[in-house]
Amino acid sequence: MTEKIIETENLGFIYEDGREVAANTPPALDGVSVSINKGEYLAVLGHNGSGKSTFAKLLNMILTPTNGRIVIGGRDITAENFSDDDVFEVRSGIGMVFQNPDNQLVATVVEEDVAFGPENLGIPREEIRTRVDEALMRVGMTEYARHAPHKLSGGQKQRVAIAGIIAMKPDIIIFDESTAMLDPIGRRDVLSIMESLNRNEGITVINITHYMEEAARADRVIVINDGKLVADGSAKEIFSRVEFLHSIGLESPQGTELIHELRAAGYDLPSDAISEDECFDALLSLFSVRGGVKDE
Amino acid sequence: MISDITLGQFFPGTSPIHRLDPRTKILLTTLFIVAVFLANSAVGFAALLLGVLLLIACSKISFRVILRGIKPVIYVLIFTALINVFVTKGEGEPLLSFYIIKIYKEGIIRAVFMALRVILLITGTSVLLTYTTSPISLTDGIESLFSPLKRIGIPVHVFAMMMTIALRFIPTLVEETEKIMNAQKSRGADFSSGSLVKRAKALIPILLPLFISSFNRADELATAMECRCYRGDKNRTKLVKLQYRGIDALWMLIGLIFLGSMIALKVLRGDIADLGGIYGIFFYKI
Repeated sequence: MTEKIIETENLGFIYEDGREVAANTPPALDGVSVSINKGEYLAVLGHNGSGKSTFAKLLNMILTPTNGRIVIGGRDITAENFSDDDVFEVRSGIGMVFQNPDNQLVATVVEEDVAFGPENLGIPREEIRTRVDEALMRVGMTEYARHAPHKLSGGQKQRVAIAGIIAMKPDIIIFDESTAMLDPIGRRDVLSIMESLNRNEGITVINITHYMEEAARADRVIVINDGKLVADGSAKEIFSRVEFLHSIGLESPQGTELIHELRAAGYDLPSDAISEDECFDALLSLFSVRGGVKDE
Repeated sequence: MISDITLGQFFPGTSPIHRLDPRTKILLTTLFIVAVFLANSAVGFAALLLGVLLLIACSKISFRVILRGIKPVIYVLIFTALINVFVTKGEGEPLLSFYIIKIYKEGIIRAVFMALRVILLITGTSVLLTYTTSPISLTDGIESLFSPLKRIGIPVHVFAMMMTIALRFIPTLVEETEKIMNAQKSRGADFSSGSLVKRAKALIPILLPLFISSFNRADELATAMECRCYRGDKNRTKLVKLQYRGIDALWMLIGLIFLGSMIALKVLRGDIADLGGIYGIFFYKI
């Protein structure tokens, strides 16, 4: 059941600024050891510049780690003799959706863009056709198949970008701040696609984000701060540590923050209320104890 | 204002022209360009104009789009037309004489032909190619037509890919330019008054951020493409296979007949010596 799909060991990365490596350049990532299970829904949390995007780029071999080891699907991708064909193979199993939907779309027709990935994989034509149709249906963009991407809304573009990844049939999809540039509706759409891919298709989903509300929905949250892995646990475990999150410049979801304040003020409330519903129920219980509020 | 630039933009559709093989369209466009430069008579231009109008009708591209495509060059056209009118010396009496300015019949004809030629070129090539061919199939077409060059080591696929991406990002960059301009305008920048030099200088604060963001975009796009396993044309398959069908042969035939009649027309008019019409791009000759 708990087959490990990604394992990193003491992972470190330093951005080289120009030709020389400044001796005092702080590492973007430092000693990160984490293992991710197959089919997991993981959120990587951290504020801007914390190194969380670097982490994603290392997994996808866009960047090569300065030190440490990464094992994906049992293969050590940091091995010396890793050839270009091996890189290609690993990448074909890891899809990545980026922040700016505009800068991911290659083609001027939606379905041709979705086909770009499978084309690169050398999939036979008939199968590309079915994959493209399936992927577009999956993200609810079938009716836009022949449209020009630049005329779509941000959320729709991002859905097309996701379809382009789905069509490659990866085992893992990394969402690198994919909702950051979207409006609330677009964000909700992308999030629900992300979650249904995880639940219904068993795809390992890694959502890199700085939205607490999003991270709170994941099965597991890891927190990266200044390049170091500082917390790893279930969403409940992580977000109930309100003080700790504050100390590294992050916040819990609003509801949890409110409950935390109330607890500090002496009210008896559960500390592990994370989702909006849980917080709502917790607050409601407070009122019903006092007996002051009628149901409307 | 800027979004009026439609040149190089694709309008998806299912018209007969949309459905033609891109290679056919590229070859037809070449024939068309040759025909435009061969034309040197009213009959020739009338035939071309008729041909282009038929193409527009076939492509189901709205006339407003076509006009918008011409709009950006209209001032250049007027300017060169005027120069042609004033500078061309003709035989016989000038139509109008005012001190040193003498306008001859030939000047006006030449100006009209020149303007027509440019308008026909823009409209014809846009309708035949850019408006009706998705950049990816255009690229496929070019790649396929030039693929023999791969044998002598020319990276045809790479060039084709670069072109696709350039075309894909035209509307995106236009949008971005407008955003930057609005941002500058809201802070009091003035792009529409003052001397030419002043206006040119006002463009620098637009171009600079545009360049920087283009580089960022290029970088992100390259990463995204790599993540989607792009590695050139190695083992690459295609969603859309180019298929040369009977209808393509028919269009080619029509194109060749059209070009043939243009040549015949020229020959019949007696300027056999002028058959090197491809050089017309250097020597406008009426």
